[in-house]
Amino acid sequence: MRQQANAEPCIKVLRAGPLALLQDSGRFGVRHLGVTQGGPADLYSWAWANLLTGNPWGTANLEITFGGLQLVAGRDLDIAITGADLGATLEQKPVPLWQRITWKEGETLAFAKPASGLRAYLAVCGGFVAEPVLGGVACVTREELGGFCGMGAKLAAGDHLSVHATELHAGEGLKQAPREAIPDFSQPAVLDLLPGAQIAHFAGRSLFDAFNTWWQVDDRADRMGVRLIGPRLNCKISTLVSEGINLGGVQVPPDGQPIVLLNDRQTIGGYPRLGSLSPLSASRLAQCLPRERVKLTAKGSGAVLEEYRSFRALFNANSR
Amino acid sequence: MSHKPALRNPRLESAGLDSWIVRLFEDIDEHNLLWLSALSRRCEQAFGDALIDLVPSYTTLLVVFDPLRVSPSDARTLISRILVDLEPDDSAHAGEIHELQTWYDTSVGPELSRVAKHAGMAVSDVIDAHSQQVYRVFALGFAPGFAFMGLTDPRLECGRLDTPRRRVPPGSVAMAGRQTAAYPAGTPGGWNLLGRTNARLFDRAREGFSLLRVGDQVRFVPVSREEFEREGGDTTPMEPLA
Repeated sequence: MRQQANAEPCIKVLRAGPLALLQDSGRFGVRHLGVTQGGPADLYSWAWANLLTGNPWGTANLEITFGGLQLVAGRDLDIAITGADLGATLEQKPVPLWQRITWKEGETLAFAKPASGLRAYLAVCGGFVAEPVLGGVACVTREELGGFCGMGAKLAAGDHLSVHATELHAGEGLKQAPREAIPDFSQPAVLDLLPGAQIAHFAGRSLFDAFNTWWQVDDRADRMGVRLIGPRLNCKISTLVSEGINLGGVQVPPDGQPIVLLNDRQTIGGYPRLGSLSPLSASRLAQCLPRERVKLTAKGSGAVLEEYRSFRALFNANSR
Repeated sequence: MSHKPALRNPRLESAGLDSWIVRLFEDIDEHNLLWLSALSRRCEQAFGDALIDLVPSYTTLLVVFDPLRVSPSDARTLISRILVDLEPDDSAHAGEIHELQTWYDTSVGPELSRVAKHAGMAVSDVIDAHSQQVYRVFALGFAPGFAFMGLTDPRLECGRLDTPRRRVPPGSVAMAGRQTAAYPAGTPGGWNLLGRTNARLFDRAREGFSLLRVGDQVRFVPVSREEFEREGGDTTPMEPLA
């Protein structure tokens, strides 16, 4: 275990942008208390940022939504930026994404706006320092939990961020993601859905529409959920007795427009559901900007499990 | 408790790669909690370290596990086996009993008069009806430590506000339909406010964090303004809805 005593504030926030949050893998074992999961909306890119900086699974890094963030380094740091292309620059020169780079003392790292995708992840070798709350540092603003201060605050100008000291030596571990591992967020997303829950209660026509429509991502999209706009889906039941809802759950309220539930969703809910997105498809959806198009495709749990296992195996094989 | 509903037709529904919804009942009933409690204990034993979360709610249990350690189909088998000989947990029958000191007053419970008018009762009778009953916690959700309790006296049944408040003060005691709750933190909310409790419903420094758990029993105990203030209650009045 790294000691917090080795930590020093070594990054200063010059500009915070609209939404930059500290995220570890999330909070577990507390959902029965009404506490949401939190964690990275794009688990895939978040995990790659840690992988490229030699950090173990679960290490907290920054989720930067839309861009606008400007940071200055107080000492030399090894970092990796993955996920969306938000026009990141170091001293106004474009930064290569999905690889380990050195951010030198005094240099300004700036994120502009989305060129492709919505959320970028910035990991620092050693990981950021924050005190866990309810078993995690995942920042959930609505619940006032986690983040650097523990009270769920997003980054603000003037914040000083601490990083654990690290013994990582240059050349150690995987430094660059292979081309085939880097998602192309400019392409329309095809999302794998595990059918389940109340799918049998949807009208046949609605089931056809659900899987044969290019759905449009609505403006009403955040870390709680993403609303999709398209043909009206009709379910024979309009509301249920509230029950636990899981990451990626596709619920259909009476207006017939699906909402895909993401990391900061409420823990229980009462709308019928078509099923749940696979973990990596939920990650992909979290990179979609409003008005982008997505398609749902039904998948069996065998194929989805295979995909998830190879994703996690890659991480375990390369992690220090 | 004389009658114990049998498990007629429990169902397992996929809730994703890492979870199953176990649907034990169709309708809300206090007795469901004895079964949900028993099922939770059995899942803890059967899944061990592979268990991630158990979310009980009214009629269902969401079982979340680590799919790298238990495949969805193996998890289904484990749960199905439990259901074969599941017995209700009578020790959960009592639940923990909580008494929440509550100051019922129109200054902090502006919908006392709305509920009274709706029920055709005097405000004092609404307070009596709400505070004389022992409620059961059916589910936690909406916000950390927010407990859905019921069922209230049927005469008090009252719909939600047409326009939710942007912020309901912490401790607000509220009801909607035949359910009642107390808001642990300042959040938006559309329930009818009846008063305020000084109980700390969610405390990150407390062991277990949430005062109330599914299956617990709760009674709201009316106290005077003086008593409420002495115990640290916040008497700042609410603005009534326009």
